[in-house]
Amino acid sequence: MTTQTPNGFTLDNSGKRVVVDPVTRIEGHMRCEVNVNDEGIITNAVSTGTMWRGLEVILKGRDPRDAWAFTERICGVCTGTHALTSVRAVEDALGITIPDNANAIRNIMQLNLQIHDHIVHFYHLHALDWVNPVNALRADPKATSELQQMVSPSHPLSSPGYFRDVQNRLKKFVESGQLGLFKNGYWDNPAYLLPPEADLMATTHYLEALDLQKEVVKVHTIFGGKNPHPNWLVGGVPCAINVHGVGAVGAINMERLNMVSSIIDRCIEFNKNVYLPDVVAIGGFYKNWLYGGGLSSRACLAYGDIPENPNDFSPEQLHLPRGAIINGNLNEVHDVDTRDPEQIQEFVDHSWYDYGEPGKGLHPWDGETSPKFELGPNLKGTRTHIEEIDEGAKYSWIKAPRWRGHAMEVGPLARYIVGYAKGHEDIKNQVDGLLRTMDLPVNALFSTLGRTAARALESEYCGRLQKHFFDKLITNIKNGDSSTANVEKWDPKTWPKEAKGVGMTEAPRGALGHWVRIKDGRIENYQCVVPTTWNGSPRDSQGNIGAFEASLLDTKMERPEEPVEILRTLHSFDPCLACSTHVMSPEGDPLTTVKVR
Amino acid sequence: MSQIETFYDVMRRQGITRRSFMKYCSLTAAALGLGPSFVPKIAHAMETKPRTPVIWVHGLECTCCSESFIRSAHPLAKDVVLSMISLDYDDTLMAAAGHAAEAAFEDTIAKYKGNYILAVEGNPPLNEDGMFCITGGKPFVEKLRHAAKDAKAIISWGACASYGCVQAAAPNPTQATPVHKVITDKPIIKVPGCPPIAEVMTGVITYMLTFDRMPELDRQGRPAMFYSQRIHDKCYRRPHFDAGQFVEQWDDDAARKGYCLYKMGCKGPTTYNACSTVRWNEGVSFPIQSGHGCIGCSEDGFWDQNGFYERVTGIKQFGIEATADQIGFATTAVVGGAVAVHAAASALKRAQKKNEEA
Repeated sequence: MTTQTPNGFTLDNSGKRVVVDPVTRIEGHMRCEVNVNDEGIITNAVSTGTMWRGLEVILKGRDPRDAWAFTERICGVCTGTHALTSVRAVEDALGITIPDNANAIRNIMQLNLQIHDHIVHFYHLHALDWVNPVNALRADPKATSELQQMVSPSHPLSSPGYFRDVQNRLKKFVESGQLGLFKNGYWDNPAYLLPPEADLMATTHYLEALDLQKEVVKVHTIFGGKNPHPNWLVGGVPCAINVHGVGAVGAINMERLNMVSSIIDRCIEFNKNVYLPDVVAIGGFYKNWLYGGGLSSRACLAYGDIPENPNDFSPEQLHLPRGAIINGNLNEVHDVDTRDPEQIQEFVDHSWYDYGEPGKGLHPWDGETSPKFELGPNLKGTRTHIEEIDEGAKYSWIKAPRWRGHAMEVGPLARYIVGYAKGHEDIKNQVDGLLRTMDLPVNALFSTLGRTAARALESEYCGRLQKHFFDKLITNIKNGDSSTANVEKWDPKTWPKEAKGVGMTEAPRGALGHWVRIKDGRIENYQCVVPTTWNGSPRDSQGNIGAFEASLLDTKMERPEEPVEILRTLHSFDPCLACSTHVMSPEGDPLTTVKVR
Repeated sequence: MSQIETFYDVMRRQGITRRSFMKYCSLTAAALGLGPSFVPKIAHAMETKPRTPVIWVHGLECTCCSESFIRSAHPLAKDVVLSMISLDYDDTLMAAAGHAAEAAFEDTIAKYKGNYILAVEGNPPLNEDGMFCITGGKPFVEKLRHAAKDAKAIISWGACASYGCVQAAAPNPTQATPVHKVITDKPIIKVPGCPPIAEVMTGVITYMLTFDRMPELDRQGRPAMFYSQRIHDKCYRRPHFDAGQFVEQWDDDAARKGYCLYKMGCKGPTTYNACSTVRWNEGVSFPIQSGHGCIGCSEDGFWDQNGFYERVTGIKQFGIEATADQIGFATTAVVGGAVAVHAAASALKRAQKKNEEA
């Protein structure tokens, strides 16, 4: 049957149904089903979030100063970004301002996790959609060395011997017959287009990136004590600064700052010498594979982040842009107000929750919860053994958030499209430079590859910003300002009886918001609307499809039984299911009313 | 078989000589209580043994354990995955998806019946017929039971698998349940923490590969080698605790001097973990060193104890019947006296132990 969605897509579920479950190389659990016509083209797509943890229910009644630790555990991949969003929400509610140093350190940490996440995503979660490590065995190490020196002349690891060593190791691994993580990969699928030398180069960088990422996170370890899941603080940051006097060894001192500085330099180097050149080189071989645009050319949303000055989230003060684009009109970027009950609303008509009436949308401050796991009449299989899902009914643990009724894409590409449309200088220069290098038009951005490229550009930009805030921190210390926390309102006795606040960040995967209501010193209601909730959203009551589903449509599959193309496009969003599958609590209801059937 | 990279190959590749390798085998034999005649047997096993298959499954979790694992510096995560184990199934990192992934899962179970290690990250929710966590269209708990049936041993990674962690915090809406409450007929090693320290994770795995046995576990099922001491006992800020020097407020003068965080709610006195010794991310720091108290993330039910900034009360120290609070407010002279008594008592214990060993 063919249907037209209000947001401009044609769905046809008559062809062969292909099921991918589990979708691997993502955070959390996800299922994807598509219909494919006789030519192997995807005509319908259904994405299902297959987990629910109920964190917001758990947060009710707790100390708002503790909330960052709970919400940080929503996700250990973008570790820290939920915690930052949480302390911002609580500070917003209670009117707490933070010192400039705390803003600088938080920004450095947020940028650091952005870079870490982007690198790990590209090399360890996404690369195998483009790169064939088995094919790398056929590469000539000398030619690989030449390729490396051509695409990145200043990368020191480029000798033929270096590539031969890696290749030998890979050979030994493959010949052992124990393929481990590469087992059952789709290595003879014609969707893989790289020559063996590019495969060897990229596989080598898979290993280099694995070594590098453990260095990158040490910035979190210094300021937050550990990674994953560093520590944060309402009112500032927990690490004190002491570079001059007695006891400096117990605080952020010169040695610690030097380590941060050297890691920041390494991030910049890796982005410049490895990550960006790889994306250009790999992208060059796939530049005719421009599927996967989905919502990106029509509806993009970003909250903005990385405030230059503390406590000022006005759009012109943010290094990562804020704005919304709808109906494909890049000439008009709307401002976004996360407090406005008319702008952001969540719907549950196709999600396993119940709002009591169909078609109802709720702003996060006024959320409701009742999980309701029920499957539609056209389900194939049983309640605990789903073979084919019925997307006409409820079909996901992910809710459907909408901005003024529109399904939106969020994430690096959305940020870059919003930034480009707003004339953000750094972003515009980067994008124009890349398109020129690759000889591609602007609309090539609206694709799976565009999403992947935007992430790499952003990693590079974040590297420079990290340095900017490090310099700012040093300047402050030079000027005698070592303050890292504001404790005026640490004591709950200083808080108003009731308060509500919102915190926003740009997580690696996109716009992230936490909404909190505080009453009598305790959390009354807590709600997160998370990037993958936007991107992975199921249909809404109007029939609008979300970003994942839209991006899969019209893609040609080389072999429908091998989901290389589906993985490629889904991974380009860097899905995080533990983040996306959450729940709102009914205002004022006791915890025990959460009905779990 | 000769093409399989064995444990011996790995050691050789890492620059370990044949001589050192044989010495290592003797030590291993001694550690296992075996005579010298077993040394060649151990050497032979290490020279020929294929990499141990590992199935790594994910329930309700946040993937922080996997993220921590890849941070390991010694051994490097890439060496573990390429040369020490055969990670035959791990939905977070594997190339295949859907049916091909499920086939890899089934193949490994069938081919290595009774010989693979099952690593569990996260836990199964039992409410809603288990459908709060669905994989392959079925409840995760089914997959867990299936994989556990023929496993040699199970590693429960992190607080989720070991104790339930954040999704099991009150009111535990999904009835998230730790692994040992679902699987009761297999040896289970709990490696708690949110997440566990990277080198503790790879340390547990390499211990099992090297000595071919389970690590010694404490009463709670945790490896004694990493979890038998309180963070407080090995904390480098402990002398400030003993001297009654405390941070009273964030970013105060005491915070800048690195004094004890006990009054800021530090859970070091009630938390058993290796953070203050192994430390994090190649020993760079740990929470207390970076100015925030320990939140006790490796303890059972730490989410539902007091708030993270509420002071732990009633802890004993020095073997003297005084609480930390009393000591904190005590005069320096008294504390000094207590330290002296403590030191003398420790020396005495050491002497006694030496006598027993001799």
